[in-house]
Amino acid sequence: MAAPIGQPRVRLPAQVRAGEIIEIRTLISHVMETGQRRDQAGNVIPRDIIRRFEAKFEGELVFAMDLAPAISANPYIAFQFKAERPGRFEFTWTNDAGESRTATQDLRLA
Amino acid sequence: MTTPRTPTRRGVLALAAAGAAVAILPLPASAQLSAGAQAAVDRVRGSRTPQEGRITLRAPPIAENGNTVPITVSVESPMTAADHVQRIHVFADKNPTPDVAVFHLTPATGRAQVDTRIRLGQTQDLIVLAEMNDGSLFITRAEVKVTIGGCGG
Repeated sequence: MAAPIGQPRVRLPAQVRAGEIIEIRTLISHVMETGQRRDQAGNVIPRDIIRRFEAKFEGELVFAMDLAPAISANPYIAFQFKAERPGRFEFTWTNDAGESRTATQDLRLA
Repeated sequence: MTTPRTPTRRGVLALAAAGAAVAILPLPASAQLSAGAQAAVDRVRGSRTPQEGRITLRAPPIAENGNTVPITVSVESPMTAADHVQRIHVFADKNPTPDVAVFHLTPATGRAQVDTRIRLGQTQDLIVLAEMNDGSLFITRAEVKVTIGGCGG
């Protein structure tokens, strides 16, 4: 069974002006099991990672990341975004089993 | 654009002591890579010859804990529809598998800069490739020293 995908956390700046380039920071709880480790009985612990992150704004894909086992546990991903208009972000994390977790956040302009 | 900070000797030392990410000096991209990393780079490269420059890799020059090494990659680009970075690939030369991450960018990002935290099994070079929308390819390479490795159990 795949490890749980924990609560996502997304942080946008509090005050955003139109045209400003902002940083979007995301964090999600996940073990990111590499497939390189062995348990006490010497059996390989199967790989189980978040393998894909996608960020959509108003339904349009604006940023994505393919993750490998070399990404640390509880993946932290930050990227930039040019805030031209208010709208809704949708962030999705997907694991090796194809299970996903989504968070939404609204961008408001000052 | 951010104003470039003038690093003072004291500032540089303080940052290094704190394990904070600083721009690490690129090494010649032509130096020999591990077979796995070379194959990974070649898959991205195809028949193209990568150029050096335009990429800045920030990471701690000495990472105390290889389980979580913060990195920042930025690429000089206007990020317009006509001229933007499409993908940033990160490889680790001596990890059990060289793949670290592929970032897919669009002009909507406004600035080609990404941050994440990575695992490094030992002291090794990171290789970053940036693919532009016109097909041109840029490369940089830098060493991160690791005190305690971050792979396996």
